[in-house]
Amino acid sequence: MSVRIGVYLCHCGANIAGKVDIDAVADFARGLENVTLVKDYKFMCSDPGQALIQKDLENKLVDRVVVASCSPLMHENTFRKTVERGGLNPYLFTMTNIREQCSWVHIDSDRTTEKAKDLVAASVRRAFLLEPLTKKEVPINPRTLVIGGGIAGIQAALDLAEAGKEVVLVEKEPSIGGHMAKFDKTFPTLDCSACILTPRMVSVGQHSNIELMSYAEVEDVGGYVGNFNIRVRKKARYVDSELCNGCGACWSKCPSSRVPRKGNVHEKLSLGPTTSIYMPFMQAVPAIPVIDRDTCLYFKNDSGACGICAKECERGAIKYDMTDEIVEFEVGNIIIAAGFKTFDPAKVKRYGYGRFDNVMTALEFEVMNCASGSTGGNILMADGSEPKSIGIVHCVGSRDSHYNEHCSRVCCMYSLKYAHLIKEKTDAEVYQFYIDMRCFGKGYEEFYDRLLSEDVRFVRGKVAEISKVPVTETEEGKLVVSVEDTLLGTVRRIPLDMVVLSTGLEGSETLPEIAKLCSVSVGKDGFLIEKHPKLGPVSTATDGVFVVGGCQSPKDIPDTVAQASAASSAVLSMITREKIEIEAATSEVDEDKCSGCKLCNTLCPYQAVKFDEEKEVSVVNEALCKGCGTCVAGCPSGAISAKHYEDRQIFAEIEGIFSGGL
Amino acid sequence: MKLKAGIYWGAGCGGCDVAVLDVHEKILLVAEKMDLLFWPIALDFKYDDVRAMDDGEFDIVLYNGAVRNSENEEIAHLLRQKSKVMVALGACAHLGGLIGMANFHTKEDLLKRVYVDSESTVNEEGTLPQEYWEEAGIPLELPRLYGTVKTLDQVVDVDYYIPGCPPVPEQIVNALVAVWDGNLPPKGSVIGAGSRTLCDECSRTKEEKEITEFKRTSEVITDPEKCLLEQGLLCLGPVTREGCGSRCINSNVPCRGCYGPLEGVPDQGIRMLSALASVLEPKEEEAIDELISQIPDPLRTLHRFSVAASILRRKKI
Amino acid sequence: MSFEPKIVGFLCNWCSYTGADLAGTARIKYSPNIRSIRVMCSGRIEPTFIMKALYEGADGVLIAGCHPGDCHYQEGNYKALRRYRMLKKVLPDYGIDPGRIRLEWVAASEGEKFANVVDDFTEEIRNLGPLGIKEGLDEMMKDDVIPHHASGGEKGGDDNEA
Repeated sequence: MSVRIGVYLCHCGANIAGKVDIDAVADFARGLENVTLVKDYKFMCSDPGQALIQKDLENKLVDRVVVASCSPLMHENTFRKTVERGGLNPYLFTMTNIREQCSWVHIDSDRTTEKAKDLVAASVRRAFLLEPLTKKEVPINPRTLVIGGGIAGIQAALDLAEAGKEVVLVEKEPSIGGHMAKFDKTFPTLDCSACILTPRMVSVGQHSNIELMSYAEVEDVGGYVGNFNIRVRKKARYVDSELCNGCGACWSKCPSSRVPRKGNVHEKLSLGPTTSIYMPFMQAVPAIPVIDRDTCLYFKNDSGACGICAKECERGAIKYDMTDEIVEFEVGNIIIAAGFKTFDPAKVKRYGYGRFDNVMTALEFEVMNCASGSTGGNILMADGSEPKSIGIVHCVGSRDSHYNEHCSRVCCMYSLKYAHLIKEKTDAEVYQFYIDMRCFGKGYEEFYDRLLSEDVRFVRGKVAEISKVPVTETEEGKLVVSVEDTLLGTVRRIPLDMVVLSTGLEGSETLPEIAKLCSVSVGKDGFLIEKHPKLGPVSTATDGVFVVGGCQSPKDIPDTVAQASAASSAVLSMITREKIEIEAATSEVDEDKCSGCKLCNTLCPYQAVKFDEEKEVSVVNEALCKGCGTCVAGCPSGAISAKHYEDRQIFAEIEGIFSGGL
Repeated sequence: MKLKAGIYWGAGCGGCDVAVLDVHEKILLVAEKMDLLFWPIALDFKYDDVRAMDDGEFDIVLYNGAVRNSENEEIAHLLRQKSKVMVALGACAHLGGLIGMANFHTKEDLLKRVYVDSESTVNEEGTLPQEYWEEAGIPLELPRLYGTVKTLDQVVDVDYYIPGCPPVPEQIVNALVAVWDGNLPPKGSVIGAGSRTLCDECSRTKEEKEITEFKRTSEVITDPEKCLLEQGLLCLGPVTREGCGSRCINSNVPCRGCYGPLEGVPDQGIRMLSALASVLEPKEEEAIDELISQIPDPLRTLHRFSVAASILRRKKI
Repeated sequence: MSFEPKIVGFLCNWCSYTGADLAGTARIKYSPNIRSIRVMCSGRIEPTFIMKALYEGADGVLIAGCHPGDCHYQEGNYKALRRYRMLKKVLPDYGIDPGRIRLEWVAASEGEKFANVVDDFTEEIRNLGPLGIKEGLDEMMKDDVIPHHASGGEKGGDDNEA
């Protein structure tokens, strides 16, 4: 079969023609094998220029097209469409860059012309071997999976549900609400956290478009954009959610406890009932208790002694024989809102967390402040008395090359909030130990100003140590904070009753696992990597997977909500399209050649190259493949090929470069 | 009518001829179906007998060994002229074979090494073999040793290839029978071997790979159930055509690549290099170099049988 | 006439090819010795391509990809790096100076860097001189012919030995 290649040379005004001798290149091209037609034109991308190509195709003069003009990054799509209009498969066209990487960058006209010839020869050889490809479209399932039921997941789920789209919200804890449900007040407005969150939680629980799977974890994600197959494990609650009405009779009589009975005030901190059958907090959604197997007497005694909750439950909702349930379903898009965890300050031994009473984490302090918590919102020392002085240590585990280099973005503000709450609730003196105050959000700087006038001591310096070794009488029985006050230029020892460590934010424990399931990468900071730090802040390298909230980077509630809504609108945009075109230039496996050596299976960043255990060969999921070709270069048997970038096509290009006798 | 067949050895070790003999009782089948008109290692024929034949008179010629000297080349041309089907038999004719590793050296260095420097040689005058010598008016000649080892198809047109060092005897018989039956695949095909790489027939379990260390066979007691590459041994199975019956692998020895690559893979060694490098664990330059340095003589290991057939063919001097 | 090296560049689409385009948009001038081939990712670049380019006549081969951590396909550039290190290690066995291949990370914003890399590499290859694999092969094999000696017949000297 003879191939007729048409070469179209663009002058681009004087941009190319001013440096490259177009006539010489045209003459050269006419002499190349399989070239049956060479034309040049002032602006090939203009309408008449495109019409030139289209017409030749319509008249069946050529069946391969080489356009030598600007960069393919500029006009490849333009000419693909031209070629398509002319009735030729757009992949039978290739482009030669004789402007950006030729006429614009070289000085000597003759040598630039020579280069243009070589590049045209390379493209002609490549064009000879091009194969038609078919663009594929896949439908988009309108249902969305949201992983994580904190404020990020709640917002995203509600946005989508309100738009009439189905959502499955999977939360690993017994209740949605996340960290925000543990807060008493939110900065800088000092809104009651529960007052703004609870209604949204209830909406999620009641919305007909949201299927809530709490106390559940995503175990497997298969498929690709528009068509993900999800497997979720719903952990056994031992309480039948159909029967339970959340009356609380079960926990009111439960004889065992999840928190140490003999512990001090701080050790007993809790938002909900401290019993083994419990709700994490009273506004929980769903309002269904769970049994903590580790402490429940029924499960601890093989004989099945106890069983009090079952007796107390009038509706017979307690089911000790309940087992984990596996559910499988399909979705079109996934929003990861897996949240964050706070830094474990026990790693910073010199701060004494875990060794000294009254050194507590920010999150513990939050719970203590919560009106519905075990202290009724009172700020108390471990022994139950009221503190006279409290220090707040900033940047614990943040901005520290030993732990996390990143700034956790919320600690300055919540530390200010604590200072305010302490001042409101107690007579204690408050010290802030900070590196810099980062109060960048709307109303944040104003809140800082307000605190400056609330008799709070600000000490600029990183705390060196918290000790209990008194040097003076006033230090007796106190926690002593040693810090260099960089404004005073002196080292200070400040005796305090209580110290709150403003622990930074890290990606949650389950994040790496979720990331792997969804083919999203975790950065070296421990957070998920978005598609582009500026222009793709909620999408990821995997189509159909979006990231929001604290799992993407530390962020406060306003930013989280904004990002959640951004992700839900991105998902809506996908759903509205109904179909999505997928890359045509993908990799493919010749199953007759694949020996199943499994060298390629780890190479794909999108897990598109999977091993088919039945056929004992690797297979490429074309919907997942983005056509990078890494697996092709990694395949020792030549069984994998890269469509549109086949070995033989690239070899031909190389030969072409040298065919002109440079 | 019986087929007329010939077998020739070029620059080879004789292993391929032995492989022909190793067909055991099937030699009777061969004898029944064909007349061997030429087989220098086993039967007394003269080149002139061949020259006297008509062009294309051989139905099949199996040429084993690489083209290493002028005699090899001359006879290759002669046999090509006299045969209908020319088969490159064995790794040397197919890919240059072990002998091809001479391409990493110059002819001069090799002669010096063998005839002067080798530990068991006393040659104070440094006498080297001469192509031509006259003694008492009698001319003495040796074929010219070539500087570059060539595969058979770099010298003459080859119809089929039977790979292996040595080829599996059964496969040789199968190839002969295929000619007998007229049941031949497209010209240029590899016959008497599989269409996938060795991992396909290898019975060891294979997992996804991430290489953290390389070992030599002497440094490790291998797990007979597990992929050798995953045990740190540089096994060329993934880049080598199957059909040998996994002889080495079944003896806990990594594949050395004698069956050559599949079609479409122009350079066995460099292709394996690419595949291997892809699954190395380190990401930092120093750590990568450290890991690579654990491979003894990487290029000769990767190109043990195929350097003469590789893209660059030889070391540039 | 001074020796003008022939250099083949393999550029990844997203960073290095874009960076090279940027050099053009900014009209930064550099040596015209390079001929680039666009691939989607540096992870697609097979060492075989490099061997092929050297065989066909390249005096040097430039591989350019996204900076580590910036790969459009996440980690393709690390695979490119590992293949490159390994190829560099074996090139001397082929009698080729490993300096004839070079891997550079060129971001989409680094037009100037691309130009500098090409200029620098061109000079380096100029200093190394022509590689000439094909010519070298011909030269090395020119004596690999059937000799005709004084006494020998046309067929050489082994007429009666087999």
